[in-house]
Amino acid sequence: MGACDKCIVNRGARDQSAGGVEIGPGLTNTDFTVALAGNPNTGKSTVFNNLTGLRQHTGNWPGKTVARAEGVFTHRDRRFKLVDLPGTYSLLAESADEQVARDFILFGRPDCTVVVCDATVLERNLNLVLQVLQITSRVVVCANLIDEANRKRIALEARVLEHELGVPVVPTAARRGQGLDHLTEHIYEICVGKLVPQPVPVEFDAELERAISELATELEREYPGLACARWLAIRLLDGDERVEEAVRSGELAQLVIGQGREDRGYEARLTEGKS
Amino acid sequence: MATTMNKLQAGQRATVHGLGMQGGLRYRLLDLGLTPGTVVERMMSSPSGDPTCYRVRGAMIALRSDDAALVEVEV
Repeated sequence: MGACDKCIVNRGARDQSAGGVEIGPGLTNTDFTVALAGNPNTGKSTVFNNLTGLRQHTGNWPGKTVARAEGVFTHRDRRFKLVDLPGTYSLLAESADEQVARDFILFGRPDCTVVVCDATVLERNLNLVLQVLQITSRVVVCANLIDEANRKRIALEARVLEHELGVPVVPTAARRGQGLDHLTEHIYEICVGKLVPQPVPVEFDAELERAISELATELEREYPGLACARWLAIRLLDGDERVEEAVRSGELAQLVIGQGREDRGYEARLTEGKS
Repeated sequence: MATTMNKLQAGQRATVHGLGMQGGLRYRLLDLGLTPGTVVERMMSSPSGDPTCYRVRGAMIALRSDDAALVEVEV
């Protein structure tokens, strides 16, 4: 055990099989779990550090967040566990990073997912936003680096984008702490159910929709309690080998069982009257 | 005129027409914003000429010549 054991990057590499790295004190007894997703290099870790007060490494290179790091913040007397996922362009799991991010959003059942976007190149970030919206509606879009965008004379009409996506859009400049109070308020509202986003659905043609719903029904029958049957059906119809393999090998069944465990925790919190 | 992305000259713009590949690389390029109808502009090449940098939706991406040769574009 060298000095580098303290280094989150190395600990992450070592603990990856354990599913994540916990940093910071008091990760138990949180009321809600919030996932932080986004393209590489959008300032996710800066948002993470600013909200949790931790010093997770930030840096301008890809693959920096090697596994998920976790921290806690408090807002309106509720404790939120914040999970910083690796930066990805996609949730199609072509790499280990994408798989970590995808599996957490699918089966970690976060109470809210924040998708951090680079406001200077917002368009190319919206691909990931739409992919996340196919899995969960409990999403806040964080349009980060808004200060840089403004410097480049890019104006963001957050209300228009909100309307088109059907989920809240919060402009932030995390480096300066700008907009983060709005972000935490939206996270809070989604977690407690005060705000129920209604994402504008991505619909396919009638024939494909019929195939998706048939397959999704089969999946739900096979795996009772499966939360993301529609998404998995779409992936299977697209010929996603990873998802096929997960169904065939029984990995999916294991993930659904794990998901059930998270669910019981959530119900326990409800009965405690915390929600 | 139909051509492939690797054949663009520096500064030349074109519109993506289709992706002539399947699987992981196809997803990757779609995720990076190379969907049909997208305008791309060839920027600079590395000293050896490969990879080459392209501007896509406001961002710069580097592609190997072999991969860019599979992206059909309309000039």
